[in-house]
Amino acid sequence: MATEILMPALSPTMEEGTLAKWLVKEGDTVASGDIMAEIETDKATMEFEAVDEGVIGKILIEEGTEGVKVNTPIAVLLEEGEDADAVPESKSEEAAPAAEEETPKEEDKAPARAADPVPSANVEPDYPEGTEMKTQTVREALRDAMAEEMRRDDSVFLMGEEVAEYQGAYKISQGMLDEFGGKRVIDTPITEHGFAGVAVGASFGGLRPIVEFMTFNFAMQAIDQIINSAAKTLYMSGGQMGAPMVFRGPNGAAARVGAQHSHDYAAWYAQVPGLKVVMPYSAADYKGLMKTAIRDPNPVIFLENEILYGRSGDVPDLEDFTIPFGKARIWREGDDVTIVSFGIGMQYALEAADKLAEEGISAEVVDLRTLRPIDYDTLLASVMKTNRCVTVEEGFPVASIGNHLSATIMEKAFDYLDAPVINCTGKDVPMPYAANLEKHALVTTDEVIEAVKQVTYR
Amino acid sequence: MTAYLSWPDPKFEPHEALAPDGTLLEDDEIDIGTLEQIYKTMLCARRFDERLLKLQRQGALGTFAPIKGQEAAQIGAAACLREDDWLVPSFRETGAALWRGADMADLLVTLAGWNAGNDLPEGARTLPDTVPVASQLPIAAGIAHAGRLRGEDAIVMACFGDGATSEGDFHEALNFAGVLEAPVVFLCQNNGWAISTPRARQTASQTLAQKAHAYGIPAAQVDGNDALAVMQVTQEAVALARDKGQPAMIEALTYRMEVHTTADDPTRYRDEGEVEEWQDRDPIERVRKLLVARSQLDDAMQEALEEEIRDRIDAAWKEAKDRISRLEETPGTAMFDHIFAEPTAPLRRQRKEFSDQEEAAND
Repeated sequence: MATEILMPALSPTMEEGTLAKWLVKEGDTVASGDIMAEIETDKATMEFEAVDEGVIGKILIEEGTEGVKVNTPIAVLLEEGEDADAVPESKSEEAAPAAEEETPKEEDKAPARAADPVPSANVEPDYPEGTEMKTQTVREALRDAMAEEMRRDDSVFLMGEEVAEYQGAYKISQGMLDEFGGKRVIDTPITEHGFAGVAVGASFGGLRPIVEFMTFNFAMQAIDQIINSAAKTLYMSGGQMGAPMVFRGPNGAAARVGAQHSHDYAAWYAQVPGLKVVMPYSAADYKGLMKTAIRDPNPVIFLENEILYGRSGDVPDLEDFTIPFGKARIWREGDDVTIVSFGIGMQYALEAADKLAEEGISAEVVDLRTLRPIDYDTLLASVMKTNRCVTVEEGFPVASIGNHLSATIMEKAFDYLDAPVINCTGKDVPMPYAANLEKHALVTTDEVIEAVKQVTYR
Repeated sequence: MTAYLSWPDPKFEPHEALAPDGTLLEDDEIDIGTLEQIYKTMLCARRFDERLLKLQRQGALGTFAPIKGQEAAQIGAAACLREDDWLVPSFRETGAALWRGADMADLLVTLAGWNAGNDLPEGARTLPDTVPVASQLPIAAGIAHAGRLRGEDAIVMACFGDGATSEGDFHEALNFAGVLEAPVVFLCQNNGWAISTPRARQTASQTLAQKAHAYGIPAAQVDGNDALAVMQVTQEAVALARDKGQPAMIEALTYRMEVHTTADDPTRYRDEGEVEEWQDRDPIERVRKLLVARSQLDDAMQEALEEEIRDRIDAAWKEAKDRISRLEETPGTAMFDHIFAEPTAPLRRQRKEFSDQEEAAND
C-alpha cells in the first residue's frame, strides 16, 4: 500500500523546516537507511533517511521549499509494482489545518462543574483530652522528635554541617551524637549540594536521611537536588524509586542577619509537586509534625524558625505523638474575621486577635501548619462562617502563600465574602540589615489589625 | 620556572591492552567468553543506536544522545559489575543499560515520549537517566554510603562525561565519596566534546583523572575504545571499592562519533577529519579482529549475529509500537499518579476535578 512520507520533526521543538535538497527522484527504489533528503532547521542541517523499503512514487514538496510544517506529506512511497497514482494511506491527520476544528458549542465553553461539597473544618483534636503536658522549647521538641524516630527506626540518620560534634549550629541535635554515634549523626563537609545529593542517594538506597541545612538560605546551593532529584524521581520512575527524607533547618528572618540570611522560602517550596512542606509554629506542632515528616515516604521540607527555637510551649507527654499533614489548627474561634497564617506569622495573627478582641472584634485564627498539602477545608469552612479573611506571612508579597489562599477562597467561597481578602506579607524588598529598616520590612501586628479593620469596615 | 610554586605533574599513561588491529599488547590471560559477550552487546548497542537515529529522523522518537564510539568504554566497565551493584547513568549509557539487561522495547517507548517506558522494574539497580549534568554523582555517593550503612558489599558505578567535571556536583561527589569511604567507581567517558566545547576548553588540567587525586582518590586513564583495557582497569577499581570501601575514578579516553543529541549538528563546530581518524580506532572492530583470531568468530557467524540483532531490534520496535498505541489510550488522570507515595487530599481533589471536566466535555 502506498504511504505518505511526512516532514519529520528532527527535534522536539521543530515546527517547520526547509526541504533543502532531494537526494532521490520519482521512480527511485529506496531501502531502509537510504538518505532521501536534506532538511534544514534553524539549528542544523540533517539527513533524512528512509525507514521502509519502496519506490518513490511522487515528490509532493519541491526542494528549496522553506517553512514546510512538520507532518506535512512530502512524498509518496509505493510498494513494488504499485501505480504512481495509488491513493496513499493518510498518516497526516495531525497536520490537518486548524480551521477544520469544530467551533466549540456554547455550552462547552464553561463546563458545568458539579457543586463542590460544603467544606467542614477538621476539628479532631491532636491528642486525647486530659493528656498530660510538659513544657518544652521548640528546640527540645525537635530534638526529641528526631531522637525518638531514630530509636524507633534504625534507617533514620541525621546529616549536616555541625550536627555532630558541635551539637548543631542552633543546638538542635544536642546529645544526639552521644546517643547514636558518628554513623548516624554525621558531620559533613561544607557542601550543601553535595550532602543534599548524598542524602537523596541514601534515600534511594533504602535509608531515611534527615538533612539539616544550617539555614534554608544555604539550601539554595542544593536546590537542584531537592527539586529535580528528590521531588521528581518517584514520578519519573513510575512509582518505584521514592526519596523518603526530611530537609530541615531555620527559614526566614531571624534578627539582624541581612538579606542573604533572612529569606522565607515557604512559597517557593510549596509550589513544587512531589514535595511536602511543613512550617509549624508551636512546640507541640514541631514535635508531632517532625515525627510525621520522618515517617512520611516522600521528601519533606520542614521550615523552622530561629526565633521560635527558644520559645516554650506545652507538648503532650505521650510515648508516640504525631500530627497528620494537611490538618490545620484553629487556635481561637471567632465570628467576625478569619486570620490565617503559619509558622512565625502566627505570632502576629494571635497578637492581633488578642488586641482586636479588646475592641470587640472576634477573630478566628487558623494555623495551616502544612503548606503542602494545605487543609483548604478548614480554611474555607472558617471563611464561610466569618465572611472575611486576612492572611499573614513574613515572606514576600508576589506569588505568596496568601495570594494562593485568596485565589482559592475567591474560587470556592466567592459568594460568602463580604470584603476582599487582604494579604499581609513582608515588604517587597531584600531584608535590610539595619535594625530600624528590618522592623519595617517585616509584617507587623499593627498591619494585621489594620487589615482586619479594613475587611470588617471598622 | 617557579621557585616556590609547584606545578601539577600528572603521571598518567593511558592503559591499553588491545591494539587497533586486534592484537594483544601484552601476553595477558584473557577471558574470551566474556569478551564474546561484550562484543555481542557492543554490536547490538551500535545497531540499536543506528536504528534509534533513523526512527528519530522519521519523527517517531524524541531527542536522544547516541553512544556511537563509546561502546567499549561503557560496556567494558559495566561488565565488571555484579547484578546487585548499582549503575547510575547520565544520559548516554544505552550500551551499559543493554549489558545490564535493559529491554529495548522499554527504551523505545521512553524515547517515543512515554513515561511508562521509564518505569523501573521492582528492585532495579540501574537508575533512570539524569538530564541535569552531574547531579547524579552526589546521589551515587549517597547510594554507596547507604549500602555500607546497611552492611551490603554492593558497589556503585557512576557515569558522566568530560563536561560534567566542570560542575560543582562532580567535585562535591568525589570529595564526599573520599571522606565517607563510599564505594563508588566514577567512570568518566571523556569523549572529547561537551556539545560544541572541546576537551581543551573544558579545563586547564592536563588530564581529568588527576582531579580525583585532589580528593585523595586513586585514578586511572584508559583507552576507552579498548574494551579489554577498560575491563582490566575497572576490575581493579571495583575490587578496591568492594573490599576496601575505596572510591576510584576512571577516565576512559574515547570519542563521540555522532551528534551530541539529535538536536545537534556537529559539522558546525568540529572537523569531520577528526571523526574519520577515530573511525580507525573503532572499539567494536578491534574486538572483532581479536575474536576472529582467537575464537570461532568468522564471516558466517558474524552474519548470523547481525541477523539475530536485526530481528531483535525489529521485534522490539514492533512491541514498542504496539505498547505506544495502547498507551495513547491512557486516561489523562494518569498524570496524577506517583507524585507522592500516597496521594494527598488536594491531589485527589485535583484528579477528580479533572476527570469531571473530561466527562462533561465528552457528554
